[in-house]
Formats: sequence, structure tokens, C-alpha cells
Amino acid sequence: MTAPALELAGITKRYPGVLACDAVDFRVEPGSVHALVGENGAGKSTLMSIACGLVAPDAGTVHIGGELLGRRGPARARALGLGMVHQHFLLVPTLSVADNVVLGREPGRLGAYDRAAAEARVRATALRYGFDLDPRARVGDLSVGEQQRVEIVRVLDTGARVVILDEPTAVLVPQETAELVRILRDLAAAGHAIVFISHRLPEVRAIADTITVLRGGRVVETLAARAASEANLARAIVGRALAAPVVARARSVAGAVLELTDVRTAGTRGALQGVSLTVRAGEIVGVAGVEGNGQQALLRSVLGLETPRSGSIRFAAHDVTHTGVAERRRRGMAYVSDDRLGEGLVPEMTLAENLLLSTPQSDALGWRGFLRPAAWRARAAAILDAAAVRPARADRDARTLSGGNQQKVVLGRELAGAPRLLVLGQPTRGVDVGGIEFLHAQILSARDAGAAVLLVSADLAEIRALADRVVVLYGGQLRGPLDIDAATPERLGRLMLGAEDVA
Amino acid sequence: MNRRAAWVAAIVAPALAVLAALATGALLAAALGRNPFEIYALLGRETFGSWYGLGQVLFKATTLAATGLAAAMAFRAGLFNVGAEGQLYLGGLAAAVAALTLPPACPAVLAIPVTLVAAAAAGAAWAGVAGVLRARLGVHEVIATILLNFIAMALGSWILVTHFAQFETLHTAEIPAAARWARLESVWPAFRGAPLNGAAWLVLVLSGACVVLLWHTRWGFEVRAVGASEKAARAAGIPVRRRLFEAMAVSGALAGLAASNFVQGYKYYFEDGFTAEAGFRGLAVALLARSHPLGIVPAAILFGALDRGGFVLSQKVPKEFADILQALVLLFVVVLQPGLRRFMERRQSLEGRE
Repeated sequence: MTAPALELAGITKRYPGVLACDAVDFRVEPGSVHALVGENGAGKSTLMSIACGLVAPDAGTVHIGGELLGRRGPARARALGLGMVHQHFLLVPTLSVADNVVLGREPGRLGAYDRAAAEARVRATALRYGFDLDPRARVGDLSVGEQQRVEIVRVLDTGARVVILDEPTAVLVPQETAELVRILRDLAAAGHAIVFISHRLPEVRAIADTITVLRGGRVVETLAARAASEANLARAIVGRALAAPVVARARSVAGAVLELTDVRTAGTRGALQGVSLTVRAGEIVGVAGVEGNGQQALLRSVLGLETPRSGSIRFAAHDVTHTGVAERRRRGMAYVSDDRLGEGLVPEMTLAENLLLSTPQSDALGWRGFLRPAAWRARAAAILDAAAVRPARADRDARTLSGGNQQKVVLGRELAGAPRLLVLGQPTRGVDVGGIEFLHAQILSARDAGAAVLLVSADLAEIRALADRVVVLYGGQLRGPLDIDAATPERLGRLMLGAEDVA
Repeated sequence: MNRRAAWVAAIVAPALAVLAALATGALLAAALGRNPFEIYALLGRETFGSWYGLGQVLFKATTLAATGLAAAMAFRAGLFNVGAEGQLYLGGLAAAVAALTLPPACPAVLAIPVTLVAAAAAGAAWAGVAGVLRARLGVHEVIATILLNFIAMALGSWILVTHFAQFETLHTAEIPAAARWARLESVWPAFRGAPLNGAAWLVLVLSGACVVLLWHTRWGFEVRAVGASEKAARAAGIPVRRRLFEAMAVSGALAGLAASNFVQGYKYYFEDGFTAEAGFRGLAVALLARSHPLGIVPAAILFGALDRGGFVLSQKVPKEFADILQALVLLFVVVLQPGLRRFMERRQSLEGRE
């Protein structure tokens, strides 16, 4: 019996006010794929940071390949053969694939960099594991899936036998995910141990041999992937049964609320190249697509942060092409940004203040521009209560909340004005399963109350769960619309990659 | 939770910093061959130990508090107004010119406000130039305000010399009595001889007004939102560029009003060089006060005391001694504050669990 590739025993880590890991045992065998699932805050990232040597545990030990990690930090973990692929890639876009792979460990002598040796090294690694990767390509020109492969090659190039991947599929389209699954299976077959962190249960079941569920810093269960059903996993993750997925589609669709006609925006990368789109009251239009294909320009144009170069935007029966954000919000536009801590909230302000943001005409404002603290605190408490943010204390800074709670605050604020149009950018990115359930229910009930909803998301599962019609944004142009029932993941995936539509 | 920690840290850190600076200063005094106790005894006596000394301290603190408020107002909007010196300079000139052009029979109830408005307007206009450059053209306000300082000085002294300077001096004629602040010694004889005057009350009112403006009006809320996150403010529909400009102008107005202490309360004329870097030192005051208008007043008093101390101590130790003390206070604040805040947060979360 060989030693486990990675073994964490009795890991306990306490942060001020939180027990992040509570006597966690976790072991990964060589040649297997082990999925680590759990809600945000369940302790997954803390556990993996401990495995990498980035964080020292209060109690417990980490063994990598049978060797004790001790307290000597990430360099020691790397030396023992552990590597991590982060969710946000740590690549230099202007450098080549080979440059990125060997960064920090460049081959060469006397301070000279031997690029040919680097490229040969990358080619060899890629060949061994069947990667399709040109060592000379500029990383900035690669697709997200290819960049991820660069990260994996880099980790393998350090000689890692244990590879941890943090939410690797969050940014991938289905076809790229399939490719990643194949790569991971090959790596496992070659004797590597893979730790796969994910929120997405279907993938977890497809990839993993073993699944460990964390909740509240404890291991709830570790089971063979074959033995796990999605419903069981979901229950283990949130600690209760989830409501059946909502399938209610739009019932009463009324007139157009938002109309984009041949909108083009300035710039080249990620600009809109002639987008026409109509969103009607009482329906959710989903905009699928790989990030960077014009999502930002679309959101910014609709909200009024950016004025189109040509084309027109009508909202609530007015031409708003050349008006600003305030004017559109006054006419009933609401916006949930995909950049929660940058655009959605002011992290250093209290929840009460954040709830006051973007509601310029609310009753919280008192006499002649003076605020009435009592009134707006009461209003804040009411919104927090409706948004199920616990504890509903409005005097906390927004930065102290979990991602899910932050998003509940943003959505609660935006829905408080009973908007005509709700513009959503990746509304549940980084939100845990229980939070997603709640946010989706809120969005659907806003639609049923007659709001038009524009949902821009890279998450196909989300689009398929919510949207009534789907369009795909590719290269700044829209494809579709497809009726939701015709929008299978395969068909959407093809459109997202720019392939011809073959229904 | 962390709110209370922040408050405690905001008060304890400066206090500790002052103690640490005094301790370090004692070592320095000893190294200079002086008895530190003797030095500090003298410092204490001449600042808070006598009514006259206190009057001098509060007089100096008045100007620093106003420029400190100017810096704090800009900080809250995320702006760094390094131009208070120039705004103060032009505010003083405008105040003197306005007071000098008043009709002779003008009563004080009119003359004082008119003079104040002139000072505020000049400061606001000068800061507004930097505000426009920032809001419209994206020119960084630090660069703009620093450079505008030089222009303000040159422009102001040219106007002074060509139009208003008294023969063979670099100051204007004295302003009429109606435009002058009363000295506090006229109601409080204990302050006899100290130039402490009505501008001190003005500054207290301004500091309260800043609190109301920033935390109890929609304008102030929007300014703080812009300062904390321009992106979020823009997405919320707040007119970001207008608020940036306005905050800069208000900051300039406060800096301009700081001139009132000298022009209307002390010498009764505008004089080239009267600013004595009070505009720059307002930044230090705001830093010590963590840009909170209520913290500005004690912070300005501390700096006023060190100012006064430098003057008094120059008979015993080099005059740089007080400058070093001031710098040490700031240095220790910057070093101590983050650590203290973390310490408070940790202690509270431990308490919270028990």
C-alpha cells in the first residue's frame, strides 16, 4: 500500500469569529480524482490553502506524498510535488505560453534565458499528456480554456504529483469542460492525484472518483462518486433538501420595455458590433456567451455608462440612447453588476448606506436633501429582512458579508423600487447553492410581477433555469434568439464558440 | 463590531503616538545635552499651562483646523487637495480686498460675512480650477493643485504689489474695524495678549457643518460614495464628475476661510507669506484626525501646541526640535493605527465568542 498523495489529518483552523476548519480529515489517493464540494464559507478554500502551505493550521498535519509539510510554507509544498490551478489565472498575457510556464524557473545559464529549452520543455509536457498547445502562442490571444491548460502545464512542469484545481469549470463552455475532464482523467491515469473544487454537481459526478462534502468547516461525508446522486449531494451541501428546480416559464408577456437597434460601441476587443435585442415586460431574456465577447459593452450600454457609437436604445417608450444612468434609473431601470464589490456595492460603507445607493427618489430622503437617519435605517432593515440577510443588521460594513449575502443586498436594493427592467450581470457568480436558490426565486418573482429581465451570464445552467428566451453573444454580435426549450447545452455551446448553428 | 474598533483605534492611536513621540523626543533632548523633563515642563507651561499660552495655541489651531477640514473634505471625496496653501493665500487676499472696498459705514453684521464670502469664494474658485481639470480632463488633482499653488502665489503677490501694497511693505492697508473679529480677551480677559479671536468660533461651526453636510445630506452621502468607489457611484446614477468638482470647490472654500483667522482676527491686513505652510500642514491634521471633521479640532490643537512649543523651546533647543516632534507624531500614528485596529478587531471577536 503506497502512501496517499495528499493527506490532511485533524486540520483545525480558527479565524476571528469563525471556525473555518474543524478537525478535517481529507486524503487523496494517487491516480484518482477527488472532488471537494461545499457552499461558500464551508472551508474549502481554507483547507486547500493549508494544503498548499499558504496558511498554517492551528492543529493537524499535512502530508504530501508521505512527507510532512510542516510550517515551511508554499515553497516546501511545491517541492513535495503539490501544485494549484487558481480560479483566476496568474498568467502574464503579453508573454508566450512557454515564457509563462517556466516563469520563475527559467532554463538558462549565467542569467541568460534559454527560450528554446523552455519551449522544448513545454512541448514535451504537452505531448506526454496529449495537450494541444503551441508554446510560442501569446497567452493574451488564447481562449480561456487554453489559458487554463497553460496553468495546468505550468503546475505539471514544476513536477507536481498532486494538482488542485479551484472551480476550474466556472469559466468554460461545455465543450471546453469536456476537454478538461478528459485531461484530468488522463492525468489521473498517469498516476497524478487531482483535487477538484466545484459548485457544479453534474460535473463533479462525471469527473470524480471520490467526493468529499464540507459544511461549516466539517466533513459531512466522503463517498464514491458512483454512489452519489445529485439530490443527495445537494442535501449534504446545504444541510437540507432544496426545493425542486423552478420551471415556471413566463405566463403573460406584454409590450417591449427595452429595445436595442443595431447598437455598436467604440473599441475593438469586446465591443458590440451591431446588436439588436428586445426585452418585453414579464419575460427573462438570457444572454449566454463566453466572457469577453461584448458582455461588458452590452451591460454598460443598456445602463447608460457608455454611449453607443451608433444605433439606438429605447427604454420604457423613450429614446434613451444619449441619456445617463440617473435618467434611466428614474425611468425604472435596475442593475445588478457582475462586479459586486466594484460596482454593486461600496465595501467600506455600511449596509444602510449601500441600500441608499441608487435609490435617489426614495422616501428615505427627508427634507430638502437632508437625510432622515431613522427613516432610512428602518427602510434598510426592511429590505435586509425581505432579502433574508442574517443577521439583518444595517450598520455592518458591506465588506464583512459573504458573497451570497452581498448579492442578496444588491438584488434587494434594486428590486425595492419595483423596476420596469432588471439588468443582471452574472447575478450568482461565486454564490453558494442555497444563495442561488433564493436569488433565482427573487428574480422569477420580479418577472412574474411584470418586470422585464435581461440576464447576462456565462453560466449556462443559470440561463437554462431562468430564461424564457436565449440569445448568444459572440464576437460582439447576437445569435438567436432561441426558445429556451430549443436551447440545449450542446447547441448553446456551439454558438458560444462561434460555430454555425445546427439545430 | 468593527465600527467600535475603528472608533477606539481612532482615539487611542493618536494618543499613543503623542506619547511615543514625546518619549523619542526625550531621547533626542538628552542627546542634545538637555534635561528632557525641563524641556517638557517648559513646553507644558507655555502651551496648556497658562491662559496666554493656551490662547496662542488655540489661535494657531484655528487656521490649522480650517485647512484640516479642507483636506478632510477632499479626502472624503477621494481627492488629495495639496493646493490648500494657494487657496488659503488667495482667500486671504480676497478677504482683505473685499473688506477694504466696503463702504465706510458698513456695519459689522454685513462686513464680516461679506469678507468671509470673499475668502471662501476665492478659495473655491482656485480649487475649482483643479476640480474642473480633474472632472473634465482627468488631470490628477495632486499635480494640478501643487502647480496651482505656484501660480496662486505669483498671481497674488503681483496683485498685491501692483494694487494694494502699502508703501515699502508687502502687505495691504488695515481693513476697517467693522470687518474684524473681536479678540477673545475682550470677553475673556484671561487670554490677554493672545491673538485668539472670533474665527475660532467660526471654525467650530464649520466643523459641525461638515459633519452635517457629509453624513446627514444626500449630497454628502453621494460625495462619500464617490470617494469610496467611483465605479459603484457611477453605476448608481450619481453624477460623479459634478460631485468631484463640488467637493473640490467646498474644500477650497474651507481653505480660503482659514485666512480669516489672520486677516480678520490677527494682523487685520493681508501679507505676503502669511500662510506659513498652514495649507500643507492641514493635510497632516486631516491624517491625524482620520479625515473626521470632529477629530480635526483636537488634532489641530495638538499641532497648534507643537507649533507654539517650537517657538518657546527655541531658547533651549534648536527650533527644529518641535518640527521633529510633529513629524514623529505623524509617523507613529501611521505606524500604530493599522496594528491597533487589527488588535481591537481580534480582541472583540474573541469576546464575541465567549
